[in-house]
Amino acid sequence: MNEETKKKITNILKDNKVCLFMKGTPETPQCGFSLAISNVLKHLKIDFKGINVLDNADIREGIKTFSDWPTIPQLYIGEEFIGGCDIVKEMFEKGELQKKLDLN
Amino acid sequence: MGLKISEIEGLIKEAMPDAEITIEDLAGDENHYSATIKSKIFSGKSKVEQHKIVYKALKGKMGTELHALALNTIEG
Repeated sequence: MNEETKKKITNILKDNKVCLFMKGTPETPQCGFSLAISNVLKHLKIDFKGINVLDNADIREGIKTFSDWPTIPQLYIGEEFIGGCDIVKEMFEKGELQKKLDLN
Repeated sequence: MGLKISEIEGLIKEAMPDAEITIEDLAGDENHYSATIKSKIFSGKSKVEQHKIVYKALKGKMGTELHALALNTIEG
């Protein structure tokens, strides 16, 4: 990953409390896993920034290196990497995601 | 493209010999799997760390040869 991509990702994370790196957009997700996380956040009425990696090849590959995580989607809250679809769903079911988002 | 259940199991066993593994082929296409893995190696680690251990065991195949592997990791 080049410095420019790293900086771009860092800035996105700084500017948005909740960031979802996904395939497609929150309105029209292009992958079932991206849809699943997007739906959880919408259900919790969370305002989040969806970053469509299909629109940006640098970020698509860069975020994998940045997070040391091989798949998309990826959720960040407060610049902290939370996980992919399985982890987010599990945290939601246990109420841990709501805690992270200060909803309790 | 795609990996067989036996190949996935083999790679995980190689990295985590004590692992109890159950894998399901969700779509019957050798590309969308769900795996439950129980191992002592996961003890005291966060979910992100646990999943990273599994991804490392798959040696870069996750997200390339293997499109989707839903993971459920359990501390053994």
